[in-house]
Amino acid sequence: MSASTPPWVDALTGLLAATGALAALIGSFGVLRLRSFFQRVHAPTLGTTLGTWCLTLATVVQVSFEHGQLYVHALLISVFIALTGPVTTLLLMRAAVFRGRLRGMEIPVPTVDDPPAE
Amino acid sequence: MSPLLSWLLAFALGCLTLAMMLALARMIIGPRAEDRVLAFDCLYVNTMLVILSLGLIYRSSSYFEAALLIALFGFVGSTAMSKFLLRGELIE
Repeated sequence: MSASTPPWVDALTGLLAATGALAALIGSFGVLRLRSFFQRVHAPTLGTTLGTWCLTLATVVQVSFEHGQLYVHALLISVFIALTGPVTTLLLMRAAVFRGRLRGMEIPVPTVDDPPAE
Repeated sequence: MSPLLSWLLAFALGCLTLAMMLALARMIIGPRAEDRVLAFDCLYVNTMLVILSLGLIYRSSSYFEAALLIALFGFVGSTAMSKFLLRGELIE
């Protein structure tokens, strides 16, 4: 395929890709820079949500205008990442809390405001 | 491909490569095992984004399947490592 896409499609694709890449870079910088694990676990969310959505939308725009027909297959990746990212983060945080308590770290027990149901 | 698009895609590729290197640095210096697993999680997402942008650059749809497989197996590996940290064994 030659370069048959209009210029504004190229600009939109490039801007989406650059935005997503910048979000992923900021998230990875947070992983390296933040001090404790429970602060660091928040940072990659940027890359997994904004970065993945922007780059898959860029792919959808580019491929659709290249073939003259709507192709949304790239959104499968972002839907999959949106489903699996919180699961991984939750499991990892539970493992970190468990291992921190084993090491004797001061981890506060979650407080419940309402009384138990019985 | 217009010069603006190729410049922006090169910029995106550079950003993602730098992000991979930052995650790799955390994986190397990470004080605990959960830090390393978090860095691995970040690293595979960045790798998947690099492959997506390579697919944009070379205009080939084969990169999409590679990115999908990386997302799939990265999730499996990351979940298995978290589970191992939590229990000390995988299959109970």
